[in-house]
Amino acid sequence: MKLIAAMSGGVDSAVAAARAVEAGHDVIGVHLALSSNPQKYRSGARGCCTIEDSHDARRAADVIGIPFYIWDMAEEFHDGVVEDFLAEYAAGRTPNPCLRCNEKIKFAAVLDRARAMGFDGVVTGHYARTQISDSGKTLHRAVDHSKDQSYVLSVLTVEQIEGAIFPLGDTTKVDIRKEAEARGLAVAQKPDSHDICFVPSGDNAGWLRDRLGSEVGPIVDQDGVKIGEHKGAYTYTIGQRKGLGLTVPTADGSPRFVLKIEPVSNTVVVGAREDLAVSTMRGERAVWCGPGVTEQPQRGFVQVRAHGAALPCSYFFDATLLTAHLDEPLLGLATGQAMVIYDGDRVVGSATICETE
Amino acid sequence: MVEEALIAMTAQLARLGNPSSLHTHGRATRKTLEDAREVIAKEVGCLPSEVIFTASGTEANNTALKGLYWQGRDKGKHVVVISAIEHHAILDPAHWLEVHEAAEIIQIPVNANGVIDIEFLAQLVTARGNEIAVISVMHANNETGVIQPIAKVVEIAGEIPVHTDAAQSFKKVPLSFADLGVYAMSLSAHKVGGPLGIGALILRRAVEIPALLHGGGQEREIRSGTLNAPAIVAFAAAAKSKYYDVENVSALRDSFIAGITSALPEVIINGVKSDRLPGIVNVTFPGTQSDTLLLLMDAQNISCSTGSACSAGVHEASHVLLAMGHSEVSAQSSLRFSFGATSTNADVDFAVSVMPDVITRGRAANLS
Repeated sequence: MKLIAAMSGGVDSAVAAARAVEAGHDVIGVHLALSSNPQKYRSGARGCCTIEDSHDARRAADVIGIPFYIWDMAEEFHDGVVEDFLAEYAAGRTPNPCLRCNEKIKFAAVLDRARAMGFDGVVTGHYARTQISDSGKTLHRAVDHSKDQSYVLSVLTVEQIEGAIFPLGDTTKVDIRKEAEARGLAVAQKPDSHDICFVPSGDNAGWLRDRLGSEVGPIVDQDGVKIGEHKGAYTYTIGQRKGLGLTVPTADGSPRFVLKIEPVSNTVVVGAREDLAVSTMRGERAVWCGPGVTEQPQRGFVQVRAHGAALPCSYFFDATLLTAHLDEPLLGLATGQAMVIYDGDRVVGSATICETE
Repeated sequence: MVEEALIAMTAQLARLGNPSSLHTHGRATRKTLEDAREVIAKEVGCLPSEVIFTASGTEANNTALKGLYWQGRDKGKHVVVISAIEHHAILDPAHWLEVHEAAEIIQIPVNANGVIDIEFLAQLVTARGNEIAVISVMHANNETGVIQPIAKVVEIAGEIPVHTDAAQSFKKVPLSFADLGVYAMSLSAHKVGGPLGIGALILRRAVEIPALLHGGGQEREIRSGTLNAPAIVAFAAAAKSKYYDVENVSALRDSFIAGITSALPEVIINGVKSDRLPGIVNVTFPGTQSDTLLLLMDAQNISCSTGSACSAGVHEASHVLLAMGHSEVSAQSSLRFSFGATSTNADVDFAVSVMPDVITRGRAANLS
């Protein structure tokens, strides 16, 4: 096949590209420039898309022996990922930008462009697997569960999965680093990137405050009694306990947790730990990574964080919302996060959480 | 590199001797090097003592622009005039002078055909001539090949020092330092079939400017540093060689233009109405993005260029095309094709034959 390898400058995408070449594909390396004003160097484990990363990607492509180009996706990334991130926070939800990037950039803008240019698909260094079965190509967890990235890929449609190649899904990260070393790739020991790539300082709250302002608002208990003040509701997350700065203690001295963020009234609602319990979640904008889900309840697992546990549940889809009833309640669940349904290690699909109870 | 340069360089690499040394080996290298200087001087129409070797055309540009600015500033002149279409090796030092050395930078605009607005310069010199430290206008533009009216610039400038970056023009169009009457001119060896990493600043005799590099006092104390004899010798060999058959290259260029305009009538040949260098064609392909086209052409083993890239490698709209009146979008839809000594009719036919499919795919990718 003729493939585009998306090369971030990290070790995973470099080995993925090398493996695709070895598998006999005709591969071209592409580095996505996602920031219109890139930093020169990476500071620690945060961020990507620095000039240094683009050089690392180029060097890896040269060592592998494939052509290399840079695609400017800064505008698409800003409109589709950064703006979405801000809008979601402004609406009181907690978004996952990596998921949005996969949905709108890597397997949309890049894959579409690649296909238009005559390529068959996009290779990435994600830790996930695909399998061909009677029902087509399906998405599965990586062998290395600690690195599994199927959660952030759960927004891919069947058509996008058709064009996605994940050469690393059968290997552990430790072995990928060894392989990179053996292949002579200088990025073999480059630190993993964490956090949000477009917030290089790592200070999410400060970054949001700079862009959304810091309008003071009330922190109230479940009866609506004001017990404190906040500086921007979006800097809180559901289940947060520390840093609330509450002035009125509870009668029994028990801690309070953020239960709800109400952006319209700019209010943060706090309450007792047990009030965080969620046994049912509903999600909108459902995407199926294989055969669709019906109204008929099914048994499976739901995962609500990128590296969270898979929780046993029954789930169904009523043509609008994806609903999951948990066997055991979960404490603290933010709307805006993705609920990803698994059937064993197969990703069934995902939706954006809009209601919890 | 041309064969003559390769032979000269290889032979010189085997010889010992720092040209600044006084012993026999040193003197031998000095002799070879001065022979080379005379060859280049003859080719460019200047005195041997006017040739100052540098490590690149960029260094020659930096030395000239900063040096002539500093010299003028000492006499109370703080204005630097450049054209809007200069190479980054002039644009960026000019910007640096503005930020760090209190220079005022004035850019001469160009018309839609890519030629500087000579009337603008005339009025500027009339109004503020006594404030201008240096005027720098390239001899021919590297992206469009459009040749600039340097003799006219010199005439208007009068006593104001004029520098010209002639890296693109040397050996491709008639060029004489003495006849042009400029103060300074930059050259680069690899543009004439010589090695990478060697250039020259031609600086009028008796013009002394502050140096960028201080040390052993080589090259009229304007450019200290041990002279790179093998590269200089090869530069001279290339300058002397019949590197480039102007008529042949012009014919290839014209045949390419005829081929693509017949296959793709909507294309725009930038600067087509102006006098241009034989080997450069700049084409706008409406509805495409040039980085996509470059990838598709590269896959066909055809090398072409986009305007320029930022430090992260992101393709940017060419400032040259923007200055000629293109929009960001149309500037980003443009490619430069170069033809040289080794290009053939078969190359041109092949490039023309793949263009329609490349453009179709490029348009589809642009819409995706």
